Amino acid sequence: MQLDDLYQQIILDHNKKRAGYGLHEGGFPSHQYNPTCGDEITLTVRLSDDGETITAFEWEGSGCSISQASASLMTSEATGMSVAEFERFANGFREAMRSRGTIVLPEEEFGDLAALSGVSKFVARVKCAMLAWVAAEDSLLLTRESRT
Amino acid sequence: MSQFTPEQSAAIRAEFPELSETVNGHPLVYLDTAATSLRPRGAVEVESEFALRHTAAVYRGAHTLAAEATEAYDDARATIAGFVGARPNQLIFTSNATESINLVALAVRLASAVGSPARFALRAGDEIVVTESEHHANLIPWQEVARQTGAVIRVAPVTDGGELTVDAVASVLSDRTRIVAFPSVSNVLGITNPTRAIADQARATGALVVVDACQSAAHGRLDVESFGADFVAFSAHKMYGPTGIGALWGTAEALTEMPVVLTGGSMITRVDYDSSDYLPAPAKFEPGTPRLTQAIGWAHTVSYLDAVGVDAIATHEESLGAEMYAAVADIPNVTILGTADGVHRVGLVSFAVDGVHPHDVGQYLDSRGIAARVGHHCAQPLHKRLGVDSSTRFSLGMYSTTDDVAIAVAALADVRAYFGES
Repeated sequence: MQLDDLYQQIILDHNKKRAGYGLHEGGFPSHQYNPTCGDEITLTVRLSDDGETITAFEWEGSGCSISQASASLMTSEATGMSVAEFERFANGFREAMRSRGTIVLPEEEFGDLAALSGVSKFVARVKCAMLAWVAAEDSLLLTRESRT
Repeated sequence: MSQFTPEQSAAIRAEFPELSETVNGHPLVYLDTAATSLRPRGAVEVESEFALRHTAAVYRGAHTLAAEATEAYDDARATIAGFVGARPNQLIFTSNATESINLVALAVRLASAVGSPARFALRAGDEIVVTESEHHANLIPWQEVARQTGAVIRVAPVTDGGELTVDAVASVLSDRTRIVAFPSVSNVLGITNPTRAIADQARATGALVVVDACQSAAHGRLDVESFGADFVAFSAHKMYGPTGIGALWGTAEALTEMPVVLTGGSMITRVDYDSSDYLPAPAKFEPGTPRLTQAIGWAHTVSYLDAVGVDAIATHEESLGAEMYAAVADIPNVTILGTADGVHRVGLVSFAVDGVHPHDVGQYLDSRGIAARVGHHCAQPLHKRLGVDSSTRFSLGMYSTTDDVAIAVAALADVRAYFGES
């Protein structure tokens, strides 16, 4: 396993310049914590008035470059998706992360997130990459529950 | 202070097979002994040979194999007890130090529920003293005691440099103090605490004193009686022994008074349908079939440590530890946790790298064959106290060399550049 498989330049860049960073008032934030390493992320998903489209991800957190870059890349690639699209997208991402290196994220579908493909070879780091996604799914659930 | 000669180090390292392995294309540099130490081949071979040739039930059965197993088990306890300066009947085998501490904490909870024996029974408003440098294993069991009994946790502070002073513990003692729990050496800071002075002062208030001695075992002469505590807990796997076994040492008085926690076979004299009589310690606290092969493996491990010489190991690690501490301190933008002056340190240093999360530091080091510990090292409150979420830790063992330190320090100096920090 090569270290550069894990830390592609896109990841290091997103760890430094974090898209979506900064929480605003309101919404339904989800706080996720990884007790093994202390990584944490609080993330709010914003939906359009009809509740169909993700208009923004807002988040704050601290942790390793993988957890922070994954949140930033998710924000870049998934803002503007419909809720249904995002759910499929998140499932695809999760499946690749858990694949132990057998599934590579296709760039045409996942864009810059494809840079995270290497994480799946480093089993201990998969949770880091998933942290923001778990928060997004949870925030989405809380948001939709509030509307029913 | 002198370190092992290259010839002595080579002989020691030949006993630890992992040290001949490569990791990610580099010879392994194992700097995680404080978490779990590597195991000497000879002791593992004795343990496996025993399992293959002498497995049988101990303390029961009249057949030859059972008698041999019983004798070997008793001998193992005597050997380990001798190594730590204990009488064999005051050394109780447990799964690990965590279980040892929990055994005392559970005894306190059971006693508290019925109000006796007095020394173990806590009431609402009683106080349990721990320290800011506590490992979770010597904190959470006491939180549960407090939750059940209404006792209050009081925390003895460490200085910004990580030092635990006798006065700091004194500042939280009161006439309600019933338990004082603290580590002999911090697993994050590597600083040796003034254990005897703290224990003497705590026992003068009548409190039960519980010492977590995990980081003292095998990095110096562990002499359990010298601590002046009521209970001392330690694990085999932090002193080159097997996982799955540890010990609780107690004074004869404390073990006599301490109520039974786990019950069943092997710990009884007379059993009736409505009540039973119990054997004295250690059997009193070891119901069921014991950790036979682990005890054998551990005993042979301490015999090996004795053959190498515990004082020589301690001297080597201390000298190498000072070298490592100074080298890490010299790296720009790396901040050591626990920089108090004038304290004794074991061969262990934890640090933060500016701008790079410990997980990333650890991953980078691993890519160069270096095994370090990253995270909060089971000490979240201490990290918070020192103003960081987590850290990276290098810890030495008897097999560590000046080359290991040089390789690790060189790699550490490259970490920030790899992650684009200037």
